Parts: sequence; C-alpha cells; structure tokens
Amino acid sequence: MSVLVYTENWDGVFKKLSFELVSYAAKVAEMMETSVTAVSIGDVADDELAKLGNYGAAKVVKVDGNTTLDNQVYTGIIAQLAEAEGAKVVVISHNNTGKALAPRLSVKLKAAVGAGLIALPSSTEPFTVSKKVFSGKAFANVVLKTDVKILTLAQNSFEVIEVGGTATVEASTATAGEAKTTVKDVQKQTGKILLNDAEIVVSGGRGLKSGDNWGIIEELAEVLGAATACSRPVSDEGWRPHEEHTGQTGKIIAPNLYFAAGISGAIQHMAGISSSKCIVAINNDADAPVFESSDYGIVGDALKVLPALTEAIKEAKNK
Amino acid sequence: MKIVVCLGNVPDTTTKVKFGDGTAFDKTGVQWIINPWDELALTRAMELKEDAGNPVSSVTVVTVGGKDAEPTMRKALAIGADDAIRVDTDARDAYAVAGQLAEAIKDKGFDIILTGIESSDYNGSMVGGMLAEMLDVPSVSAVSGLTISGSDVEITRDIDGGKEQVSVATPLVATVQKGIAKEARIAAMRGIMMARKKPLAVVPAAEVETLTDFVSFELPAPKPPCKMVDADNVAELVDLLQNEAKVL
Ligand SMILES: Cc1cc2nc3c(=O)[nH]c(=O)nc-3n(C[C@H](O)[C@H](O)[C@H](O)COP(=O)(O)OP(=O)(O)OC[C@H]3O[C@@H](n4cnc5c(N)ncnc54)[C@H](O)[C@@H]3O)c2cc1C
Ligand SMILES: Cc1cc2nc3c(=O)[nH]c(=O)nc-3n(C[C@H](O)[C@H](O)[C@H](O)COP(=O)(O)OP(=O)(O)OC[C@H]3O[C@@H](n4cnc5c(N)ncnc54)[C@H](O)[C@@H]3O)c2cc1C
Repeated sequence: MSVLVYTENWDGVFKKLSFELVSYAAKVAEMMETSVTAVSIGDVADDELAKLGNYGAAKVVKVDGNTTLDNQVYTGIIAQLAEAEGAKVVVISHNNTGKALAPRLSVKLKAAVGAGLIALPSSTEPFTVSKKVFSGKAFANVVLKTDVKILTLAQNSFEVIEVGGTATVEASTATAGEAKTTVKDVQKQTGKILLNDAEIVVSGGRGLKSGDNWGIIEELAEVLGAATACSRPVSDEGWRPHEEHTGQTGKIIAPNLYFAAGISGAIQHMAGISSSKCIVAINNDADAPVFESSDYGIVGDALKVLPALTEAIKEAKNK
Repeated sequence: MKIVVCLGNVPDTTTKVKFGDGTAFDKTGVQWIINPWDELALTRAMELKEDAGNPVSSVTVVTVGGKDAEPTMRKALAIGADDAIRVDTDARDAYAVAGQLAEAIKDKGFDIILTGIESSDYNGSMVGGMLAEMLDVPSVSAVSGLTISGSDVEITRDIDGGKEQVSVATPLVATVQKGIAKEARIAAMRGIMMARKKPLAVVPAAEVETLTDFVSFELPAPKPPCKMVDADNVAELVDLLQNEAKVL
C-alpha cells in the first residue's frame, strides 16, 4: 500500500506546486498509515528528484524521456506504477496537466476522483472529501466509493511542509505506449511571474479606462514581485492577453494577496479569486459589490491610488 | 468531419444557491443556461462548419439530463447545431455522465468531440478526459485554439507558463477553455424558429455506475466586513497588509 503522487517538472526542475503536492500526499499517507511514492516523468536529475524527500516522499520513481505530454502515454505510465506500488490514493495537481491526466487515470484504475480539493480528506472511513461546487458558492462533502482514490489538489491551497527526509530514487520499468500528440511549437512566457504561481496578484478592470493605463498596474506588480491579472471585459477588449483573465470562465487562483482595481466585483469575477487569502479593492464607487467580498478597501480613483500605493510600498521596503 | 459538443445544462452563473435540508441543490426558481465553456465550444464548432475551407458536415450536441434540459438544448440548436441527443437521466457524478456520453456517441462516427474544461455546477473538470479514456481516443486539455488540417486537428493548448501547438489525429476529445472562440454566439430569431424543427433524439440511459456520493452541502462562512482605508492614506493600507494581514 502507498500514496502515489505525480510530480510534474518544468524543464527538469520542480517548483512550489510540486512541494505542496508532496506535502499534501505525506499528510494523506499519515492518515492512512502508509508512505509516499512520488512519480516523475521526463528528464530530471537525481539530486532534484531526491529533494522531494524533504517534503515527505520516501521513494521517487523516475521515468526518463517522454518529455512531451501525451495524455494517454502519461496515464499509462502512472497507472502501471500505481498498480505496482499498490497505491490506494493517487495525488495530482488540479492544474492543466492534472485536469488532463486525473480523469483518464480514474477510468483506467476505476478510481473515484475528489477534484480541486483545498484541504485534507475529512475522514478515510468512509473516504470523504470537501470540494468546492457552484464556483465557490458552496462546498460539498463527497464520499469516494472506490478502493483506489484520486485526489486533485488546487494550487496554493496547501502549505509546503519540510520534514527533512531524503528519498531514494529508482528508475521505473513502466513501459510507455505510443504517443499520439505531436508538439509542433512551444511558446513559453519568460521572465514573468506566472499568474498561477504568484503569491501576490495585481488585477485591473474596466475602471482603468484603457489598456494604455496598465503601466500603473505593472509598476505596482513590479515592486511587489507580483503577477498581473484582469477582469474578463479587459481581455475581451484586447487590453490584456486572455491568459490574464481571472474568474469563473478564466483562471481560478488562490494567491496570498489580490488587488482588484477598477473591478466591480461581479460574482463571476469573484468566483476565480475568492480563495485568495487577502483581497484589497480599489474602486471609486463606495457601493461597488467588490467591497462586500474584500478584506481591505479604498474608495478612490485607481489611476491615482495605484501610483501612490506603489510609492508607499517602495518607502516601506526601504525602511 | 462530424463534430459533437457535450453540453451541460447548468444554473445561471448569478444564481443564489440553496440546499434545502443540506443534502441536495434546490432547483426552485433557477434559470438554466448552457455551461459557459460548452457555449464557446459550440461557437467554435459553428465557425469551423461555416468556414468552407473545412470538411465539417455536421455539428451535434449531446446532453445527459432530464426533460428539463431541453430548453437549453433548443438554445444550442438555435445557435446552429444540426441535431441534438438527450440521454434521459439525471446523472449524479462525472464518471456516470462520461459513461452515458460514451454510450450515446460511440459508433456514431464523430471525429471531434468537444467538452468544456469545467462544468459550472459541480466543478469537476473530469468528464472530457474520462470520456476520452472510455472511448480509448486521444485527449487534449486546456484547448484555446482549434483548427482542422486534413484528418488532423491542430490545437493550441495552455501549459503552465505558456502555450503549445500540438497536432492530433482524429477521433479525439478536446477540452476547451477561454480563447477557443472570441465571444459566445447568441441565437438569432431565424435560428430560434428553425430550432423548433431540428431533431432532438431522446435515448434511454445505459447501465452506468457512480464512483462518488455527494452526501451534503455547506455554504461558506460569511466574510467579515471590509476594512476601509482613506484614499489619502495608502501608507496605512501598507501597514495593515504588513502587520495585520501579514501578506506583505
Ligand atoms: C457566464 C458569464 C461568465 C463570466 N465570467 C467572467 C470571468 O471569468 N471573469 C470576469 O472578470 N468576468 C466574468 N463575467 C463578466 C462579469 O459579469 C462582469 O461583467 C465583469 O467581471 C465586469 O468587469 P469589470 O469589473 O472590469 O467592469 P465593470 O463591471 O464595468 O466595473 C468597473 C468598475 O470600475 C469602477 N471604476 C470606474 N472608474 C474607476 C476609477 N477611475 N477608479 C477606480 N474604480 C473605477 C466602477 O465603479 C466599477 O465598479 C462573466 C459573465 C457571464 C455572464
Ligand atoms: C449531487 C449531484 C446532483 C446532480 N443532479 C443532477 C440533476 O438533477 N440533473 C442533471 O441533469 N444532472 C445532475 N447532476 C449532474 C451534473 O449536472 C453534472 O453534469 C455532472 O456532475 C458533471 O459535473 P462535473 O462538474 O464533474 O463536470 P465537468 O467534468 O466539470 O464537466 C466538463 C464538461 O463535461 C461536459 N458535461 C458535463 N456534464 C454534462 C452533461 N450532463 N451532459 C453533457 N455534457 C456534460 C461539458 O462539456 C462540460 O463542460 C448532478 C450531479 C451531482 C454531483
């Protein structure tokens, strides 16, 4: 028996997301009195793999090569390893990759999925998880009825816990099927903090009046080491790229701090950001609904408040 | 090529959700809509069909749901789908929905199967991938662009930190998201008239099981009131974020 965790890598390197997942898997393993085996597919150096031990993985099984994400190939490999390890629980991220692999794995292993979780299971007998439903308007308690379970964990929703262990690294004997996905081109965002990874996000809405005004959003993001985001109309207007749109039909994120400037706080927008630990709203309308779901608010012109805030943060940092 | 769009019938996104005794979603007074991503998928399917450069012969929509899903399906027909299939059952989890969809669409020669990345009611993000595995066909997730090139489909998918252009042979399942179409289409009067005469087949449910039980529902705890800071005193906000919220 074991808890299996699939740890994705980015050009051979793990990131905070991977450590959150292993930390989560370690806590689930503790509840089930078993240990964690991490699975890594692609070319990752052994010393990078061994790092996963620090977060609670007892063993890392590596499958070299296969650097192109082909959902069938990856599912086949993870399923073989889950069976070989006698895994009772498989933990995967609820990011794009996880959303692609978990459902295929569910069918292959006949394993119920607890999808997009933000906390540990509330019980293992029966195996019960709490999941967000209706885009965060409610939570459901869901019993996973199968012998093997899959849990997909929402990013930034579980803390990284260092336990100081070391993991043994083994090469796997799993065989990969034939890939049917051919990657023709890749465009990577470089030098920018990714919205999904960001601890702080500065977001602007239609209240900023024009894409030309985004300099003040970017300057605040710069001093905070934050990522930038926007509301849907802003990306629909082409003021910002669609990857920056947060909300029910855009990205769902959970940073520590989210600034909503010139955003009215429509329910569909808040659905994407309500899991943020702290929300700050800046709006010139004191009755804007965004204040109802924010922690801190400033009534004022975003075009003036944002630059002032940038200066105040610079000052505070220099102290 | 034949395209099928899997269409969820979901409560309007502004619905105030209620759960009666806490064990089931209370549907009274709820307005129903096409799941937003599925609407975008349908829009893209229509664009592909209308572009004479593509060999798309038909666009079908399929829904697993009771008779109350039919107005939403008629909306899809009014937007332009050629025909509709309703699998007559209230499914209770993603695995069961995927199982019903697989039974309803297998052996019908669909080349491109489109699903949305998430259903706005139960937020699973699972049906598309499950369906692909059940049908044993390739799947591509987080699709924000899709064109046809011969018997292949050229796809833009979002990866963490970028985009990839991938090529996959049909048949396949593409799970679509924002970007796949610019804006969802709205049905025109003519479409609404025509939709009444388009075929909507009702097929009986297959024997499929559920893997999960949704046992109870809870509303999140209300948020404490927002703390207001004067616009002329942003330094106070910085102080609160540093020392009270401890997020800076
Ligand atoms: C099915 C569906 C899905 C949707 N999904 C999403 C989604 O994922 N994400 C999303 O964002 N939206 C989504 N929407 C749209 C959503 O309903 C709102 O229309 C949208 O969020 C509004 O964007 P906004 O707040 O930028 O603009 P507005 O609602 O126009 O608000 C602008 C705000 O700026 C304020 N303002 C004006 N000038 C200033 C100034 N100088 N300084 C400060 N404040 C100022 C105004 O008081 C106002 O509150 C969806 C809608 C539907 C129907
Ligand atoms: C407790 C509970 C009660 C339910 N009650 C009902 C009910 O009374 N009546 C009813 O009809 N359904 C009911 N359902 C089914 C529900 O509406 C969803 O269809 C199902 O749960 C899948 O949701 P998901 O979040 O896992 O889908 P996701 O995996 O997030 O959906 C992704 C995509 O799959 C496709 N898809 C999802 N659902 C359907 C569907 N039903 N038909 C066609 N394509 C679909 C869409 O393309 C969608 O974009 C219930 C589900 C639960 C869990």
